[in-house]
Amino acid sequence: MPNPYETLGVARDASADDIRRAYRKLAKIHHPDLNPGNAAAEAKFKDIAAAHALLSDPEQRGRFDRGEIDAEGHEAAPRRPGYREYAETATGQRYSAGSAGGETGGWDPEDLESIFGSMFTEANRPRNQGPARGADARYSLTTSFLDAVNGATTRLTLPDGSTLDVKIPPATDDGHILRLRGKGNPGRNGGPAGDALIAITVAPHQYFTRDGQDIRLDLPITLQEAVLGGPIEVPTPGGAVRMRVPPHSDNGTILRLRGRGVPGRGTTPAGDLYATLRVTIGTPDEALETFLRSWKPATAANPRQAMETNP
Amino acid sequence: MMTRTLTIDIIIRAIDGIKRPDLDRWIENQWVRPDAAPTGYVFTEIDLARVRLIHELVHEFQVNEDTMPIVLGLLDQIYDLRRRLHQLGDAIGQTASPDIRAEMIARLTGGEAA
Repeated sequence: MPNPYETLGVARDASADDIRRAYRKLAKIHHPDLNPGNAAAEAKFKDIAAAHALLSDPEQRGRFDRGEIDAEGHEAAPRRPGYREYAETATGQRYSAGSAGGETGGWDPEDLESIFGSMFTEANRPRNQGPARGADARYSLTTSFLDAVNGATTRLTLPDGSTLDVKIPPATDDGHILRLRGKGNPGRNGGPAGDALIAITVAPHQYFTRDGQDIRLDLPITLQEAVLGGPIEVPTPGGAVRMRVPPHSDNGTILRLRGRGVPGRGTTPAGDLYATLRVTIGTPDEALETFLRSWKPATAANPRQAMETNP
Repeated sequence: MMTRTLTIDIIIRAIDGIKRPDLDRWIENQWVRPDAAPTGYVFTEIDLARVRLIHELVHEFQVNEDTMPIVLGLLDQIYDLRRRLHQLGDAIGQTASPDIRAEMIARLTGGEAA
């Protein structure tokens, strides 16, 4: 045993109170019941307890100081079984945290998982135990506006080089996820394959925009077509359609082509196509200039009148 | 460990300096949980060790009684954990092959696999 004064960190002439204080301070830190499994703390505590036993007894302390006994000459009484010896065994279940008024015990599966995480989440999976369905595979696919409206079949090249023919149904929305059953990762031990989940992105169209089931379109017309009316061809997702522009149509007039929007699907009826007329003058010829110079409108119109009263 | 029937008088005699009202209060606080019998409390060895520990905490380490539930609560949780680790160790010992056990020991102690 080392020098008891050094063990307790006190001077040779320390008072009994100093020794007691030093002992308490160290014992608090190294008490075996408070440090289960820490062999170093246990050994240290034995030294501290022995040093305290020697120095707290005035007679023993005096003999040690006079050199009549060395530190080994006084062994502390062997320690009784501590609380630790009981608490670590099944007996300790009696004082399991939170078990006052009724013993709880054993492993809580959630706790098991939170402590040992990966080990038991992996082990709990039905791995090697029987058929298991393969995982779903996720892909994304960008399709043209018209293919999404009309439906199409597109070939998707997978990361591994294989290809997958994806049938895009008519009226497919942007953000729609197609599920191809059994086209995902293979199953294990004869289990079914997972599904392929394909997120569809619809590329914008140069002229058409989609508004739910309806489609909108800015449709350029000539001055003559606007004023005099007449048959014109209107592009629609399903192909060009002939219609009449009524006479005296103006810039911004909206014409509706019933049923020419997004095709119907299931219980959803087909949408309409709304064409907004955009009067396009183009490069005026001399005749038009000559006419307009001599033109005196019967009713003088000021299209900016509303702006003047309400700047 | 041997099991014997311990009455409250035996407990009082076994621990130097313990006072009956203190022990009664600790039981009331459920810090110590002896079994109740028609003849009075019946303590087990772990109860005795726990009374001794609480007595030490109070008198040697000056843990006051307001703080005691926190100290005991944390202590109980530590021992719960250690019992579970023992169980886990037993389960591994009974199920894992010697190879795996050797590799686990090496991994946990930071040494080389045998």
